Amino acid sequence: MVEFLQQLLNGLSLGAIYALIALGYTMVYGIILLINFAHGDIMMVGAYVGFFSITMLGSNVIMAILFAMLACAVLGVLIEKIAYRPLRNSTRIAALITAIGASLFLEYVTIFFLTPQQRVFPAEAFPLHQYQIIGLYISNKDIFIIILAVVLMVLLQYIVKHTRAGKAMRAVSLDREAAMLMGISVDKTISFTFALGSALAAAAGVLIGLYYGTINPLMGIIPGLKAFVAAVLGGIGIIPGAMVGGFVMGILETMVSGYGSSMYRDAVAFGVLILILLIKPTGIFGRNESEKV
Amino acid sequence: MTILNIQNLSKSFGGLTALADVNLAIENGELVGLIGPNGAGKTTVFNLITGVYRPDRGHIIFDEKPMEGLLPYKICQLGVARTFQNIRLFKQLTVLENVKIALHKDVPYQLYSAILRLPTFFRGEASIEEEAMRYLRIFGLEGKQGEIASSLPYGEQRRLEIARALATRPRLLILDEPAAGMNPQETQNLMELIRWIREEFELTILLIEHDMSLVMGVCERIYVLDYGRIIAQGAPDEIRNNPRVIEAYLGEEVS
Amino acid sequence: MPSSKRQWLWLLINIAVLAGIFALVQYMIATRVLNQYYQINLTSMCINIILAVSLNLINGFTGQLSLGHAGFMAVGAYVSAVCTKYMDLPFVTAIIAACLAAALAGFIIGVPTLRLRGDYLAIATLGFGEIIRVILQNIEELGGPAGILGISRLTTWPYLFIATVLTIVVIQNLINSSFGRAIISVREDEVAAEMMGINTTWYKVLAFIIGAGFAGLAGALFAHYFYIIKPDTFNFLKSFDILVMVVLGGLGSTTGAVLAAMFITVLTAYLQAFPAIRMIIYALILILVMIYRPQGLLGNKELSRKTFSRLWGGSA
Repeated sequence: MVEFLQQLLNGLSLGAIYALIALGYTMVYGIILLINFAHGDIMMVGAYVGFFSITMLGSNVIMAILFAMLACAVLGVLIEKIAYRPLRNSTRIAALITAIGASLFLEYVTIFFLTPQQRVFPAEAFPLHQYQIIGLYISNKDIFIIILAVVLMVLLQYIVKHTRAGKAMRAVSLDREAAMLMGISVDKTISFTFALGSALAAAAGVLIGLYYGTINPLMGIIPGLKAFVAAVLGGIGIIPGAMVGGFVMGILETMVSGYGSSMYRDAVAFGVLILILLIKPTGIFGRNESEKV
Repeated sequence: MTILNIQNLSKSFGGLTALADVNLAIENGELVGLIGPNGAGKTTVFNLITGVYRPDRGHIIFDEKPMEGLLPYKICQLGVARTFQNIRLFKQLTVLENVKIALHKDVPYQLYSAILRLPTFFRGEASIEEEAMRYLRIFGLEGKQGEIASSLPYGEQRRLEIARALATRPRLLILDEPAAGMNPQETQNLMELIRWIREEFELTILLIEHDMSLVMGVCERIYVLDYGRIIAQGAPDEIRNNPRVIEAYLGEEVS
Repeated sequence: MPSSKRQWLWLLINIAVLAGIFALVQYMIATRVLNQYYQINLTSMCINIILAVSLNLINGFTGQLSLGHAGFMAVGAYVSAVCTKYMDLPFVTAIIAACLAAALAGFIIGVPTLRLRGDYLAIATLGFGEIIRVILQNIEELGGPAGILGISRLTTWPYLFIATVLTIVVIQNLINSSFGRAIISVREDEVAAEMMGINTTWYKVLAFIIGAGFAGLAGALFAHYFYIIKPDTFNFLKSFDILVMVVLGGLGSTTGAVLAAMFITVLTAYLQAFPAIRMIIYALILILVMIYRPQGLLGNKELSRKTFSRLWGGSA
C-alpha cells in the first residue's frame, strides 16, 4: 500500500510537468484546430534558455523560469506568425505537415548551434533535500515542481475565465467568424494563445531540466508526445481536461515504470493514445461532434 | 408500388429535435416535393434516407427493404442517388472524371485486371468512357469533358451534378434544392429537365425546393415540413391554399 | 480515342528505354565504372523511390496522412531477414513473405485507424509506427535494440531495378483505372464519394495494404544490402524522411515522388557529413512547400504520353 502511494506521489510531479505542456497543445488545438507538433520543442528551447540563464547569468531558478517563459512566449508567437498563419485557411493536414517542419527546424537548428550533446543542470542551482511524511519520501524538487505548476495553472484559469483576453480566446475557439464580427482581433488572440501555451511549456522545460538533471536538443519529442496524449485523454481543446490528463499520464507512467517494465514505459503513451482514439476520441471531458452535411 | 416508405422517423441532435414522427410514402414513378421553412428539417430527411445519419426512431423502407442503419455507399448501390444543396462535385477533377466515378460501382473489370492491364481492362475502360460521354451529351456538357469541374458556370455545375447522380443508375433520385441560385429562365429549363429525366430514365424523384414556381409546376404531390413534423400533404393546389402551410411560412395567419 | 497501334508503339518505346537503362547500369557496375560509393547511393535511390511512390499512394492519392510508413518498412526488413538468415529460404521467397507481412500490418493498422479524421489519423499512424519499433526493440530473438546483423547481401541491381519498375507500374496502373478514380474520389470528397456507391473505408484500407506491401518490399531490399537492421533505423524520423519526399514531389504525382526521391537521395549523400543541415533543409522544405506551393513540384501532373507529344509538337 505504501509502495502504491509512493508511486502515486512520484507520479504527481511528473504529471504536473506533463499537464503544463499539455495545456499548450490543448489551447492551440482549441483555437485553430492544429496539433502543434513543435510544442515539445518549444519546451526544449525553454529548458535551454533556463539552463543558460543559470549557468551564464547566474540567476536563480525562479528567474531562469521567468526568462524561459518570456523567451518562449516570443518564440511561440513567431512560429505562429511565420509558419501557421499563412495556412490558417488550408486543410488541417497541410498545417500538420508544416508543424512537423517547424518541429524538425527547432530541433536541428539547436543541434547545429549547440551540438547534440546533453548538458547537465548544475546541482547547486537547486540543492536536493529529501523529506519524509507519513512514511512517504518526497523531495523539495517535487514540492517545488508541483506547487509551481499548480500556481501557473491557477493563473491560467484566471486569465481564461476573468480577463478580456481570455474571453476573446474562448470566443475565437467557439466561432471564429462571430468573434471577428464582435470586433475581436482574431490574429492577436491567436498570438496570445500561443504565447501563453509556449510560456507554460517553457516553465515545464526548466522543471524537466531540474527533474531529470540533463537536457538535450531532442528532449522535447517524447515528453511532447506524452503531453499530447494527455491533452487528448482529457479532451483536446478542453483546458481542465489537459490538467487532468497530464496528471493521469504522469501517474500512469511512474506506475508502469515502478511495477512493470521500464522498457515499455514509452510505448504505454502510444498505447493509451491509440486506445483513446479508437474508443472515445473526444477524451474524458469531450463531447461528440459530427460533420454537417 | 410504394418505392419509398418512411415511418415514424425521428432524429435529434443533442437537445435539438430535428425530426419528429415523420411519415412519407412515395409510389414508383412519382415526382414528389418536400417543402417547408428554413430549418424545418428537410435536408435532415435526405441525410437520413441516404445514410449520412442514423435515425433515432422509425423506419426507412426502400423497395420493401429496410434501409435505416445502412452505410451511404450501400444505399447508393441499392438504387438511391442524391444531389447536394451546395454542390459537392469533385471540384479539382474533370467533368468526365466526375461522371466516370459515378460509374465505378458497376465497374466491368476486376482490380487485378487493371493492374495487369488485361484486355478486359481496356474493353471496360472503353465502355466506361462511352457511357460517361453519353451522360454528358444528354446534359449538353460534351465538349467540356476535359474541363475542371469548378471552372464550369454555376448552371452547368448543377447539371453535371444531376448527370453524375443519374450515372449511378438510381431508381430513386433525391434532389436537394436543385434550383438554388438559378434565375427564372434557368429554373424553367430545370423543370423541363426534371420532367424529361423522370420519363427517360424511369425514375422516381423526390425533391426539396424553396422556389415555389418549380415545386408547384413540377411536383405531383407535396409534403410540407415544419419544425420537424409533416403538417400537410397533397396536390399542389391543396397545399397552396392550406392555411397551416401559409401560417408556417408567413408566421401568422394572413387573411 | 488514340488507336491501339499507337499504344503498342508507346509500350515498346517504354520497354526499350527501360531495358536500355537496365543494361547500361548493369554494364557500369560490372566494369566498375560505378564504384562502391555510387552503388550505395543507387541502391538507396531505388529504395527511396519505392518508399516514396508507395507512401504517395496513401498520402497523395487517397488523401490519408500516414506518418508510420517506416513501421511497414521495418516489418518487411525483419521478416525477410528472418527468412534468409534463420530459415534459409531463397531471396525471392523472403521478399514475397516481407511484402505479405507488411501488407498484413497495413491491414491491421488501417482498419481501426481509418475511421479517424485527418490529423487524428496521422497521429494514430505515427503511434502505430512507434509501437512496431518498440515491439521489435523488445523481442530478444530478433536481437532486441541491437537488431539483426550479418544479413547476406542479396540485393543486386536486377532486383532493385525490377522492384522499382514494378512498384511504379503497379501503382500507376492502379491509379489509371476506375479503382484509381475511386481512390482519388475518397481524397476529393469522401461524403460525395460515398454517395456514388463507393465504399470509402474499403478503398482507404486497400491503399494502406498496397502502400504497406511495397514499403515491405523496400525494407527487404534494404535489409539485404546494408547487412544490419535495428529498430531505431525505422523510427518516425525515417517516416518523416519519406514524407518530405512525397510533399516535395507533389501529393498525388507518382512522377513527382520519383523525382523527389532521387533528389533527396542525392542531397543526403551530399550532406553526409552534416546531418543537422540536412534535417534543417527537410524542415524548410516541409514548411515552404506547404506555404508557397502545397501541390509540390508537380502537383498532380504526371509525365505522360501527352507531355511528350506536346514537347515534340505532335497532337495528343
